[in-house]
Amino acid sequence: MQPWIEVCALDAIEDEDVMRFDHAGHSYAIYRYDEKVYASDGLCTHEHVHLCDGLVMEYVIECPKHNGRFDIRDGRALGAPVCVNLKTYPARVQDGIVQIQAAV
Amino acid sequence: MSGTKPRDDMPHSSTPPRWARSRSDYQLIGGAGERAAAEQLVNASWYKCPVPRPMMKTLMQREDTRAARDTVLWYALIVLLGALFAYGWHAGWRYGALLLAYLAYTAVYSGAADSRWHECSHGTAFKTRWMNTWLYQCASFQVLRRPTKWRWSHARHHTDTLVTGRDPEVAAPVPIDVIGMLLNLLGLKSGPKELWAVLCNALGRIAPEEKTFVPEMEWPKMVREARYWLLAYAVIAACAWAMGSVLPLLLLGPVPGMAGAWAYTFFGLTQHAGLPENVLDHRLNCRTVHMNPVFRFLYWNMNYHVEHHMFPMVPYHALPLLHDAVAHDCAPAYASTWHAYAEILPALARQIADPQYYVKRSLPGSAEI
Repeated sequence: MQPWIEVCALDAIEDEDVMRFDHAGHSYAIYRYDEKVYASDGLCTHEHVHLCDGLVMEYVIECPKHNGRFDIRDGRALGAPVCVNLKTYPARVQDGIVQIQAAV
Repeated sequence: MSGTKPRDDMPHSSTPPRWARSRSDYQLIGGAGERAAAEQLVNASWYKCPVPRPMMKTLMQREDTRAARDTVLWYALIVLLGALFAYGWHAGWRYGALLLAYLAYTAVYSGAADSRWHECSHGTAFKTRWMNTWLYQCASFQVLRRPTKWRWSHARHHTDTLVTGRDPEVAAPVPIDVIGMLLNLLGLKSGPKELWAVLCNALGRIAPEEKTFVPEMEWPKMVREARYWLLAYAVIAACAWAMGSVLPLLLLGPVPGMAGAWAYTFFGLTQHAGLPENVLDHRLNCRTVHMNPVFRFLYWNMNYHVEHHMFPMVPYHALPLLHDAVAHDCAPAYASTWHAYAEILPALARQIADPQYYVKRSLPGSAEI
């Protein structure tokens, strides 16, 4: 099982927002909505644009370049121009700190 | 299909390379695409004006009310102007008056459909997804653009804006084809080409160039849409036959779609015409033009084109505010549509014989390119 990596304080991410987190050469997107946190690969599967500049609307992240949408809970691509799902990672809040089980 | 990661480490190119130019460069297969890739112009990193995240979040927020209001008004205008034309047709108006009435109708039916197609292709018109999808399908039909093909070609346009050999939506390729542009004021080149493509798609055939930017899993959708469109055309034709009148053909389908091309061309040329290709800064290859409220209703604020390309997730109704936030970091906006055309027409005229010519914009705190 992958170790839990500390990302940031929960307060560092606004509700219904996204933050970029880079770790060990990999970029992640960390989301906060409805007092829960989620994590995915940080690049859109369409043209590999950073999702941290995108818009979170409830459980949906919209890519800032081409408006492709994913469900932040399971990474499902929700329609063109995104066709390939986002890889997601377990995320939790422990003592006010956001943690994820990173890829490496 | 491009799937390479954008290069964050490359400086934003502001000087276009001095390549020999020909119209074949624009072909997506065998054109200048490889040359562009070698110059690190493909899926590259573009300049973005700094906007604080809290402000950007506010600007990106979606809603349904404004687009719903505008859509109701738009379709009311279409019905009104269509009824006026039909009345004039039956009342035996003189040709001049009928033509004016028809041009007004097609400007709203097809000309304004271009901006609705555009906004909905981004999914930003409405907050509610199905509303975007519905309006996108209707507007695509009215403006004669196959929904799936053009959604993907527009995505490519945003990835590689005016990158020669990569962007399928260059409106004024150099050297300028004057006859072609004049014919396209009534869609006389683009319209038949698109109708032929509809027929081919309905037969299960996708053009090789389109396969370079539409993923294979979307091809069946192109086929399905084309068949629905042919069915719609058959229904319109059947109505015309049943009524013993050409009016249905003039009011719905490809004829008004083509006849209104002059309107969206009038607005659309202000976006990029005459500006440099192969630069990685939207402040240099896009125009923001101040327009009157009527034009802005028809064009749905796409006159804020620098802002739109830089931040395509900002919906049309928030673009004026975004403009206010970034204007200090951009080339001056054009005072009016006429000011923009005072630059565009001479630039296009010069590009007939000199395809290396482009309009150089001044950025704040830097020399002209």
